[in-house]
Amino acid sequence: MAGEAMPRGRTGPTHRDAFLNGIWKENPVFVQVLGMCPALAITNTVVNALAMSVAVLFVLVMSNTLVSLLRKFVPKEVRIAVFIVIIATFVTVTDYAVKAISIPIYKAMGPFIALIVVNCIILSRAEAFSSKQPVSKSILDGFGMGFGFAIALLCMGSVREVLGSGTFLGVPLFGPNYEPWVVFVLPSGGFLTLGMWLLFFAWWRERKDARNSREGKAA
Amino acid sequence: MSGTDDTLVYLLLNTLLVNNFVLAQFLGICPFIGVSGKFQTASRMGVAVIFVMLVSSALAYGVNLVLVACGAEYLRLIAYIAVIASTVQLVEMFIKKTSPALFRALGIYLPLITTNCAVLGVAKLQTSEGYNFIQCLVFALGSGLGFTLALVIMAGIREKLELADVPGLARGTAIVLLIAGVLSMAFMGFAGLGG
Repeated sequence: MAGEAMPRGRTGPTHRDAFLNGIWKENPVFVQVLGMCPALAITNTVVNALAMSVAVLFVLVMSNTLVSLLRKFVPKEVRIAVFIVIIATFVTVTDYAVKAISIPIYKAMGPFIALIVVNCIILSRAEAFSSKQPVSKSILDGFGMGFGFAIALLCMGSVREVLGSGTFLGVPLFGPNYEPWVVFVLPSGGFLTLGMWLLFFAWWRERKDARNSREGKAA
Repeated sequence: MSGTDDTLVYLLLNTLLVNNFVLAQFLGICPFIGVSGKFQTASRMGVAVIFVMLVSSALAYGVNLVLVACGAEYLRLIAYIAVIASTVQLVEMFIKKTSPALFRALGIYLPLITTNCAVLGVAKLQTSEGYNFIQCLVFALGSGLGFTLALVIMAGIREKLELADVPGLARGTAIVLLIAGVLSMAFMGFAGLGG
């Protein structure tokens, strides 16, 4: 950790860590396994995955900001209720905004925009991070976690759209003779895809650990 | 929907099997993965969720009527969350008073129902589908039973899995998700049932 970025003796992650942790080391979907419902439900096409990511990113950044601003005024006993009201407010804003921007996307996302309220990622960031950290870090943390969530959703969405309908962002990839694996667009494909991504990352991490320990021994 | 007995049975079957909340609609995945390790806790969690769903569905129906009458639909989400949180609190107090043993057994799972998106999903879907009061209750019952069914099946499989030789990489969440994928495929067989 870089010493100069640490604010006067206060413990906590640096600004850089606050941003980067969410993207990779503590990726909300692949590492913390939080917020699975939208990650499974709204990733049958890349466009839907993108829309969901933007919605979650917005709510996450805004609620992190407000929670952090109010962290000195909210009594400890009612903090969860306050967080939920803050989150629900921004989700309502998002809900109306998406409806105004694109009706097809609104229909595709179904109840899941409203369900951002109970998405564990957002409440867990409010409780674990922004209720204890200054505003600037909380905003960065919101962006980091939001981008991490977006990366995970895009990973899921691209696999499912390419295999399940043979297209990427609606553009056909394989020509007319490609027989799509319809199962990947269906619900069971969501479970299978996420399961396989988790396997892939577990394999990657194990390989990296093995390499690190070998280098450690050599040194 | 005419609301006759026939359609009510179809509604129940539909939410229980065809559009199973967990395996077809991806609602309530967190407890599905978190609480499905042991058969006993899974079934207790299921019962608590069914109860909360029924009560909060009835309350949400009333709250929605009031909000529509006041022209304050934009408060719906906040009102529903408040309804669910207070229902869970109420159930908690009720169980604590009547059956301390069950209260201890449910432990942390009881307050966690507040963040179960299946419960909010019921309230949200019954509003967007425009169900009447009886249909709402049947819908909530079917959803709760469907959630419990998926949870109990998964818990049964995971108890057997303890004895199986799962590759180290897949242990934990990955294997649960792959099994859920197969289960969900099995539930696709119910498509078409109940019209």
